[in-house]
Amino acid sequence: MSTSTNTKHTLSVLVENKPGVLARIAGLFSRRSFNIDSLAVGPTEHPEISRMTIVVDVQDTPLEQVTKQLNKLVEVIKIVELDGSSSVNRELLLVKVKADAESRGQVLDAVQLFRAKVVDIAPDAVTIQAVGNADKLGDLLRVLEPFGIRELVQSGMVAIGRGSRSISERNLRPVTIPVPPAVGG
Amino acid sequence: MSEQVTGAQSLIRSLEAAGTTEIFGIPGGAILPAYDPLMDSSIRHILVRHEQGAGHAAQGYAAASGRVGVCMATSGPGATNLVTPLADAHMDSVPMVAITGQVGAAQIGTDAFQEADIRGITMPITKHNFLVTDPADIPRTVAEAFYIASTGRPGPVLVDVAKSALQAMTTYSWPSELNLPGYRPVTRPHSKQIREAARLILEARRPVLYVGGGTIRAGASKELRVLAELTGMPVVTTLMARGAFPDSHPQHLGMPGMHGTVAAVAGLQKSDLIISLGARFDDRVTGNLDSFAPGARIIHADIDPAEIGKNRAVDVPIVGDCREVISDLVVALKAEADAGNTGDYEGWVVFLAGIKKTYPLGYDTPAEGLSPQYVIERLGAIAGPETIYTSGVGQHQMWAAQFIGYENPNTWINSGGLGTMGFSVPAAMGAKVGMPGSTVWAIDGDGCFQMTNQELATCTINDIPIKVAIINNESLGMVRQWQTLFYNERYSNTDLHSKRIPDFVKLADAYGCVGLACESPDDVDATINKAMEINDVPVVVDFRVHRDAMVWPMVAAGTSNDDIKYARDLAPRFEDDADLELRP
Repeated sequence: MSTSTNTKHTLSVLVENKPGVLARIAGLFSRRSFNIDSLAVGPTEHPEISRMTIVVDVQDTPLEQVTKQLNKLVEVIKIVELDGSSSVNRELLLVKVKADAESRGQVLDAVQLFRAKVVDIAPDAVTIQAVGNADKLGDLLRVLEPFGIRELVQSGMVAIGRGSRSISERNLRPVTIPVPPAVGG
Repeated sequence: MSEQVTGAQSLIRSLEAAGTTEIFGIPGGAILPAYDPLMDSSIRHILVRHEQGAGHAAQGYAAASGRVGVCMATSGPGATNLVTPLADAHMDSVPMVAITGQVGAAQIGTDAFQEADIRGITMPITKHNFLVTDPADIPRTVAEAFYIASTGRPGPVLVDVAKSALQAMTTYSWPSELNLPGYRPVTRPHSKQIREAARLILEARRPVLYVGGGTIRAGASKELRVLAELTGMPVVTTLMARGAFPDSHPQHLGMPGMHGTVAAVAGLQKSDLIISLGARFDDRVTGNLDSFAPGARIIHADIDPAEIGKNRAVDVPIVGDCREVISDLVVALKAEADAGNTGDYEGWVVFLAGIKKTYPLGYDTPAEGLSPQYVIERLGAIAGPETIYTSGVGQHQMWAAQFIGYENPNTWINSGGLGTMGFSVPAAMGAKVGMPGSTVWAIDGDGCFQMTNQELATCTINDIPIKVAIINNESLGMVRQWQTLFYNERYSNTDLHSKRIPDFVKLADAYGCVGLACESPDDVDATINKAMEINDVPVVVDFRVHRDAMVWPMVAAGTSNDDIKYARDLAPRFEDDADLELRP
């Protein structure tokens, strides 16, 4: 058996935009004891197709099982693993940080430094929006932590391959299967 | 060509269009609208006594006939009673469509009377499932359900239809095409993989054909025999594949696994090349996985890519339908043979023949009382290899797998993966409906029989004359065997007292069946012959066997196949091991 340690893998999964698909995928991960680090789902350029970005923390061999089992789901159209170097991946962070008249200047400096944005301000707090990969957001949080983090919310990662190719170019043409004529008329 | 009909009419028409001729089911509130047009349909509906019976009957029907089995139930408890058969069909890849009624679309999610989220419940135990709330979707959904159930790796598909959709007016039109962008099963094997497999087969010195249930579902028995005889390779058939290759064939080593033959277990364990055909390296076959067949390279052919490499690393993966894979292997190996390249397996074949001869399947005949193995052996001999046999789960199942003697595919129907007690009687009922010209024997245990015997009423009333052999050892025999071996003979809750209560002969009589009993070896043949002569009503035979018989050989759960016991405290000795190791 493989002795390699777990690593994070980013899977882009194109699925039919039908009710219950998310439940099927979440159920599959739980039933087969695969761990999801994060999951983000949203529409694509094709209205009938949704795209999920799933970050899993597994070894290579279980990863193959994950993708094979996902592929067995009738509503899963395509799975592509995106590796960090040839793709852009981003998460969205909203964080409410304590900031009074005295500390606000320092907080705003940090916001500047990380090219984040202040989206709301109150007498004793600011709400900051930041977009980036997990490392960058982690760094930002470390800088903000001493000021006091009052509330934090973070999206799952979304990712897209670099270059001009699209993962949804092929395999999205409808696959039509002829049905045997009705029996008995 | 569309006309105004109710959703219920559309559903029944769709089922007819998909080729349904029989449905096993029970009506109830939510599915009630569908039962009205069913009265005027060409479809024969068989009213069962419990939805679990409907599900297992659909499985038996499908496994015996190769056609999609169909069952129907109402919402809530009707649907949840189908959960066990669906899980069973999912594990054993049985093509089956279950239609369930659901509460009206407006009530879904309100905890309405008899509401259960059966689509959510059955997601992990079906190949796919649907919830239909728009009556216009009914024909396409039914067509998709049958297509998905019967193609690729077969499996159960559930279609849950809201009562409001059944009652509403809609147009009926059978689709000519389906749009399933995410469903593209690969059936044609890759020629490069076939060439690579052929190369390994020719290089091997100790190859074995490890034949699984996929070979049965693919209808590949003929091709398998050609491949085996062309190459001379030994064959093992798993519990799900009994009958895929004739038991009488000299190349057949028997069943591998926990209760397999010593020859079949050794054949895998000491092999240098396992050619897996529609099998899945189940724990009951491999024993402790880390020590399973340590010297073997693996060719793994399966229509489901997710099975390949799931449990055991693979050298040559082949995704494809077993019949096509085997046919292509035959073509490749024939071409090699014509060019003078054949495998050299002589030493291996001689070695295994020696093991087969030294360690045949057998059993001790008790000083008094009736031996269960003897009953099953005689049943196989008298009823013959054209008969269809079903079984429940436990000791009687293992003995039926070992001692009947199978020659034909689709004649052995059991619950392999899920291990569902109570499978036998309803599965036999379904098999008899699917193959009315065949004799169908349900080999059952006294524990199993008491879980589903209510379907005898269905059989009698609907002229489905199955035959049931209860191997009555008045206990949960397999559990008792484990208590004997691993729990110091402390028999906690395995004594069923079934020789006292119930009286199976009277029970059979109450159900309108012929009830027979037999407790002496001298009466076994006469009793079986008598049962064979009754073909107008079901027959139930209470074979009152001695309770201490155990299933041997045995590889204890979690241990290595190397530690197989031929009988209690008796390990086989492979004296030729040293010679075998010397061979290249």
